[in-house]
Amino acid sequence: MSSTPESRVKTAIPAQILPQASDGVQTDLPAVKLKATGINFFYGAFQALFDVSIEFFENRITALIGPSGCGKSTFIRNLNRINETIRGARCEGEILLDGENILGIDVTQLRRRVGMVFQRPNPFPKSIFDNVAYGVKINGLARGKRALEETVEKSLRRAALWDEVKDQLHKSAYALSGGQQQRLCIARALAVDPQVLLLDEPCSALDPIATGKIEDLLFTLKDQCTIVIVTHNMQQAGRVSDYTGFFLLGRLIEFNKTGVIFRTPAQKETEDYITGRFG
Amino acid sequence: MNARLLRRKVINAVMLALTGLCTAVTTSTLFVILGYLVWNGASAIDWDFFTKLPLSPGETGGGMANAIVGSFQILLLAAAVGIPVGVAAGIYLAEFNPNSVFSFLVRYTADLLNGVPSIVVGIFAWGVVVVPMKHFSALSGGLALALMLIPITVRTTEQFLKDVPVSMREGALALGASKWRAVATVVVPAARTGILTGLILGVARIAGETAPLLFTALNNQFWAKGWSAPIASLPVMIYTHAISPYEDWHRQAWAAGLVLLALVLLANIAARLILSRGANAQRS
Ligand SMILES: Nc1ncnc2c1ncn2[C@@H]1O[C@H](COP(=O)(O)OP(=O)(O)OP(=O)(O)O)[C@@H](O)[C@H]1O
Ligand SMILES: [Mg+2]
Repeated sequence: MSSTPESRVKTAIPAQILPQASDGVQTDLPAVKLKATGINFFYGAFQALFDVSIEFFENRITALIGPSGCGKSTFIRNLNRINETIRGARCEGEILLDGENILGIDVTQLRRRVGMVFQRPNPFPKSIFDNVAYGVKINGLARGKRALEETVEKSLRRAALWDEVKDQLHKSAYALSGGQQQRLCIARALAVDPQVLLLDEPCSALDPIATGKIEDLLFTLKDQCTIVIVTHNMQQAGRVSDYTGFFLLGRLIEFNKTGVIFRTPAQKETEDYITGRFG
Repeated sequence: MNARLLRRKVINAVMLALTGLCTAVTTSTLFVILGYLVWNGASAIDWDFFTKLPLSPGETGGGMANAIVGSFQILLLAAAVGIPVGVAAGIYLAEFNPNSVFSFLVRYTADLLNGVPSIVVGIFAWGVVVVPMKHFSALSGGLALALMLIPITVRTTEQFLKDVPVSMREGALALGASKWRAVATVVVPAARTGILTGLILGVARIAGETAPLLFTALNNQFWAKGWSAPIASLPVMIYTHAISPYEDWHRQAWAAGLVLLALVLLANIAARLILSRGANAQRS
């Protein structure tokens, strides 16, 4: 799929600040995994997103930042079509996964490939084990009990939760603390081996140690998947992400390499936000 | 100024006393009924009451074993028919098409059905089951009670499913579950304590219904000969014994009332226990 700056004249991103452009070196361009073009999103009559166009690069971490209510959650919830379940919601524009329109992909298949961790932890009222095993089971991904147990353990380890729960796998997930529940939800999403992982403020309920573990996890996951992370924590965005998009009032104001966004943002609003002058 | 203050204080005290009195009447009614039943019926409750058949009119002794078993049989049939239908319809209303005109009509119909006088339900079951089969039967009684159980089940199932947070559904869908899969494996299990409680309360509610059984299940002094024969039940037994002229039968009617009430109360207490257990499990 071609993604030269010229082919994107209709997008909201000025060509001169595109990652590749500022990169200078065109040869190490990562492949585009997920590409959204001209997204307008409506909750009934209320328009929450305005002409958002962005690309997520394979095996890279993209952070989405912006003040509360600017549409970050709304945006990533379009990428796995979970917004379709909201009554009266409507999405315009085009989203391509590996060049294929996501509307043409069977929705259950799409969601298996594009995993999501929600802003608020939402474990199922089941045991810790069954929470992690859920996606594996419904997608028929593990052959036999042994394989299932291995997947569950591996996923819990990756989410930095194994050591805390290994002796109580059959306890209810509700017995866990909020931060543990969030890591459980991360483990649950990882268990189905998604190609893209959407994380909506995954660390907002976590202490610095667990946050550090999750950030380490993101680095190791990069080899296997494309990560989109919404965060309110500027330091976190700076630490973990390769690219950063700044949202404001339903628009993508600026998108670039994280270093560029944090050191030499092109837009005044971006600079104001990252230096803490508002939001 | 002082007079006004005094007046206000008096009104306040009177109103407080009145509402307190009404509250006391409400709560004590149950205990008065219970006490009355015990006073009149406890003497008739013995081992025989639970194990023996009724004797012929005028004889002293005997029991209501057939009515107790018969009641359970009829309720079992009612539950076997009413619960699957009601739960399935409740799931449809809550999960699959909550805002369609059809769902609105179903909901409305269920509420109306809930309000249909039980004697009318009885005569309906009599018309469609008893008349074609040409005899009274346990089957017709069970179906009549099932008709009463369905609307209760539909509405409680729907309500408890609606209380399951949207985030739970989203969590399942986001892992690649189909809508049906998410409902069956996450949403319904999340609501199961609530639904179970609703079912117990629903069955307890129809357990005491007499009118729908009067001309469907009828009554039987002996053990019922299968589902297509008349069958005894506690409510109808209370009715026939109470209107009889025999002193001993009156005592047994009281006893049957006591047993029936005890069963219903037990079901209610069990339901509350299950619900509070469920709530605790969700919280901790
Ligand atoms: N289900 C909904 N129905 C109607 N409006 C909604 C809904 N969800 C979000 N909104 C509105 O859409 C806008 C964007 O919300 P969104 O949740 O995407 O913001 P956000 O950037 O994720 O904020 P935060 O950082 O606080 O999570 C807000 O104005 C919000 O009020
Ligand atoms: Mg959000």
